[in-house]
Amino acid sequence: MQINRVVITGMGAVSPFGAGADKMYDSLCAGKTGVVNLKKEWQEIVSDLECWVGAPVIEELNEKKIPRRYRKLMGRTAILSYFAALEAIESAGITDEMLRSGEVGVCFGSSLGSIQSTAEFFSEIIRTSESHQLSSGMFFQVMSHTAAANLAHVFGITGRVLAANAACASSLQSIGVAYEQVRYGMADIMICGGAEELHAYTSTSFDIVQGTSTHYNDSPSDTPRPFDRDRDGTVCGEGAGCLIIESEESAKKRGATILAEIIGFQTSASGEHMSHSNAESIVSCMRKTLQSAGINPEDVDYINAHATATELGDLHEAQAIEEVFNGHKIPVSSLKGYMGHTLGASGALELIASVFMMRDQQILPTRNLSNPDDAAKNLRHVTSIEPAKLDIILKNSFAFGGINTALLIRSYKS
Amino acid sequence: MNDEMIMEKISRILVDEFEIEEDKITTEATLYDELGLDSLDGVDLIVMLENEFGFKVDRKQDESVIRAMRNVQHIVDFIKQKAA
Repeated sequence: MQINRVVITGMGAVSPFGAGADKMYDSLCAGKTGVVNLKKEWQEIVSDLECWVGAPVIEELNEKKIPRRYRKLMGRTAILSYFAALEAIESAGITDEMLRSGEVGVCFGSSLGSIQSTAEFFSEIIRTSESHQLSSGMFFQVMSHTAAANLAHVFGITGRVLAANAACASSLQSIGVAYEQVRYGMADIMICGGAEELHAYTSTSFDIVQGTSTHYNDSPSDTPRPFDRDRDGTVCGEGAGCLIIESEESAKKRGATILAEIIGFQTSASGEHMSHSNAESIVSCMRKTLQSAGINPEDVDYINAHATATELGDLHEAQAIEEVFNGHKIPVSSLKGYMGHTLGASGALELIASVFMMRDQQILPTRNLSNPDDAAKNLRHVTSIEPAKLDIILKNSFAFGGINTALLIRSYKS
Repeated sequence: MNDEMIMEKISRILVDEFEIEEDKITTEATLYDELGLDSLDGVDLIVMLENEFGFKVDRKQDESVIRAMRNVQHIVDFIKQKAA
């Protein structure tokens, strides 16, 4: 079987800070937050939410840039995906000819299709008991693989089109699945990542399982608080993150700039609980990721944690890191305090930030971490920007469904 | 309603809802090649015409006429037939 080295050659992001990977990273470096109070917008949709904060993409995207024949089939999830993918494709120097060659594929996920479109689609049917007035394009905005399918449509992709939809692990799992496509020779190049659209209904799904932050509605910049003793739940965010990954051979052949190498990936399930994370299965996932890359725990220079600021999620991830890295004080931080939990986009956006950290040889701290919780006291927390030798970074993402994912990147050496 | 009034309403729909440039819209303009519509647009256009002109399309009965529509004049003729 053909085994390829897999490298990252392009990145694109739409985050609560706006469109552009650089804009996201600069905002993270500046310690900004995208979390705001949305009670005014949300209370007319769901009146009894406990959490009124979220991290929306406030910047208006130039949707008219997308030709109408494509745009009419896109809800917000696909539109966010489009702008992230366009930036990634352009930054990687992928030409139209390459996109249509059959050697480029897509693997892109989200928790759901467009929630706004879903709401409109079903509310019209429920209201009228008829389907006649529904726009023909709406289903394509609603369907579970709306991001992947629309990206393939708008960019003329004729290779593999996959959608690893796994809620909050969607984008890291998509990148991992895309990595496997390239590693084992199924595709030369993959456009991969994930997206999430913020809606009152999104936050509702976390509110009803008591997973949202509820004590900081009047001070949104103070939440979420990963690993902090005063954390009280997560805050939903919005965005899309996209990476272009390809075989080393493909990248070298076309003279592409290589940003980093993906060296390991694992995804697994706890097989135990739908909404709770499970430390034991996280341990297993991280260990198998390290094994897949052929490296030891002490080789990892930094862990970009999933840590969403829920009580159990942070606790289980901290326990698992402690067990896997057993005495090796690997620096750990979570980026949820800046952008909230961008769910299906989070793995990709945080991996992009990690690639930037590797470039700049510095670690961004966990925002809002003032007093580390006793449950996470043995972690080597990063609380201010730290210069560091970053050769290997581990990225974690976990999700409802008991899903675990972990992925390793390394600075590229030919 | 005369042809000119019907044409004006069709044009408004094509411009407002399908973002077609007004100067491209003539009675001879072909729906798919020249105006750039596709089969999904065709489905939406029929619903919009129903709402605008107050008739109801019978999918079985009108199917062959709708399938045969190639240009804007065909739409005008269809509306006149339905409104008659």
